[in-house]
Amino acid sequence: MLTLLFDGVAYGMLLFVLAVGLAVTLGLMNFINLAHGAFAMAGGYITVLLMSRAGVPFLVCLPIAFIGTALLGALLERTLYRPMYAKPHLDQVLFSIGLVFMAVTAVDYFVGSMQQNITLPPWLQGRLPIEGVGIGKYRLFIVVLCGLLTVALQFVLARTRFGSRLRASVDDPRVAGGLGLDVSRIFMLTFAVGSGLAGLGGALGAEVLGLDPTFPLKFMIYFLIVVSVGGTTTITGPLLAALLLGIADVAGKYYVPKLGAFIVYSLMIAILVVRPQGLFARR
Amino acid sequence: MADEAPSTSAAASSLRRSARWRVWELAVFAAMSLAWLLLPGQSLLINQIAIVALFAVSLDLILGYAGIVSLGHAAFFGFGAYAAALFAKGTMNDPLAGLAVAVAASAVLGAATSLLILRGTDLTRLMVTLGVASILYELANKLDDITGGADGLQGVVMGPLLTPFGRFAFDLSGRVASAYSLVILALALLVARRLVHSPFGVSLQALRDNRLRASSIGLSVRLRLVAVYTIAAAFAGAAGGLLAQTSGFASLDLFDFHRSAEVLLVLVIGGTGYLYGGVIGAVVFQLLHDVISAWTPQYWNFWLGLFLVVLMIVGRERLVTPWKWFRRGP
Repeated sequence: MLTLLFDGVAYGMLLFVLAVGLAVTLGLMNFINLAHGAFAMAGGYITVLLMSRAGVPFLVCLPIAFIGTALLGALLERTLYRPMYAKPHLDQVLFSIGLVFMAVTAVDYFVGSMQQNITLPPWLQGRLPIEGVGIGKYRLFIVVLCGLLTVALQFVLARTRFGSRLRASVDDPRVAGGLGLDVSRIFMLTFAVGSGLAGLGGALGAEVLGLDPTFPLKFMIYFLIVVSVGGTTTITGPLLAALLLGIADVAGKYYVPKLGAFIVYSLMIAILVVRPQGLFARR
Repeated sequence: MADEAPSTSAAASSLRRSARWRVWELAVFAAMSLAWLLLPGQSLLINQIAIVALFAVSLDLILGYAGIVSLGHAAFFGFGAYAAALFAKGTMNDPLAGLAVAVAASAVLGAATSLLILRGTDLTRLMVTLGVASILYELANKLDDITGGADGLQGVVMGPLLTPFGRFAFDLSGRVASAYSLVILALALLVARRLVHSPFGVSLQALRDNRLRASSIGLSVRLRLVAVYTIAAAFAGAAGGLLAQTSGFASLDLFDFHRSAEVLLVLVIGGTGYLYGGVIGAVVFQLLHDVISAWTPQYWNFWLGLFLVVLMIVGRERLVTPWKWFRRGP
């Protein structure tokens, strides 16, 4: 029971790191980016390929996955995403679906469609018997790392100059621009960091979530649930939504495997019908 | 009160003017019948195109006319297909009765789920429509004693079509099937045409353009959204029913995200908001599909994605208005 709860928390933390970039893009640019999962997949594949082909250790791969996808994100933001900000939501949706289709088939073409496995270093394998409850070492690692990241994010947003600039741009891009903030640079940096976090999440999650070319499609709805249920105005909203989703999903699949994802989807629809702006949105 | 009468008749005549038949509209219908008469070897393809066209026209009703962005329109398509297939296997194999069942079932589902899309932003609506389709996918997957699970429902055998002009049995070459689908598509277009040129259709466009203003001049926004969503669901159910009846099976893939995304693309290729966009888009899409997947069957999705990305960056409205290609500015 406690193990289950812990697995749910680990899963939720992972989803949070994967989806937080999406929350920021959506809140900041009002851009519905269905291709967010493609960045996560990129991070996952960077890690898997570096480990299996070049023998790079796991811990070194994580920052590389982060930086690699962040650069990719910055590049795509500059070239492809920017013209789409002013377009209607329908266009943005179709555009990002197009990107997803391209990413899925490109990975399929270059790497192959099989599931990729990741070999964790020995010190992350196995379980720790704490208080008679088995806790996977790797799950614990995920929780600690994602927890640290969350605290760091919250600190950057709440305490630093960049954070206050970012919040100002989210609240009103035009006024922020009028006050002399370089909003488009802030957009790009944020997009890059968000993509990088997705990449890091993808790298961390390759062992837990599984990694194959359909990853962006499979988890797209999960990321969107985190964002739409959590709201886009705070960081705590998506965090709580991700934890809720993680626990509900793990517990649902354990207790009623027959219903599977059914519970999660129904819960999401129910929440969105009652609170269309998300559970934790500011009024 | 005295000038009420002339202003209503002015409105009526303006409606009548916009509802007048244009030459190109007749040309679309003529092309549909000519395609069937002149291309007997391509009947299977024509059948596919007619079904996709009907599906896209149903999406146009909610997207082009009411402005609802849906990522889960396949829910109704698949539901109609399963309804038709189950009816044919369990009750009777008359195609028209089966189609009526598919339409009715999807309409009920549409009416029920329309209540979920009334509130919220575009994102909420995307999520809810996507969620409904995913739930149906899960249900069809798990209730395998009814739906056949991942194997789908196979071996749906249809009886002959009983029409006033005689009995027509479905044949392998798809002559009867394509005629059947084309006739249903034409009927649906006529109904939709009548609908969008009616005061109801005009009020839908009003609420699409400015929902607040529409409700402040006294239109009931919710009622209209429920109505149009239900009608669109019924049309999509008809398309799904046709597919199940003419192909003889229904599978999980019908509820898949791919379907919903593809029908959006079909509609966007043809252009939204003038009713025939779905038909034109379906022709272009299916021909593209045939050409590209003959060349690279496994990676056809890549080119589809590239096409979408490029199309969205240059602006989708330019595709249907080629004369604006070389003009500057939007």
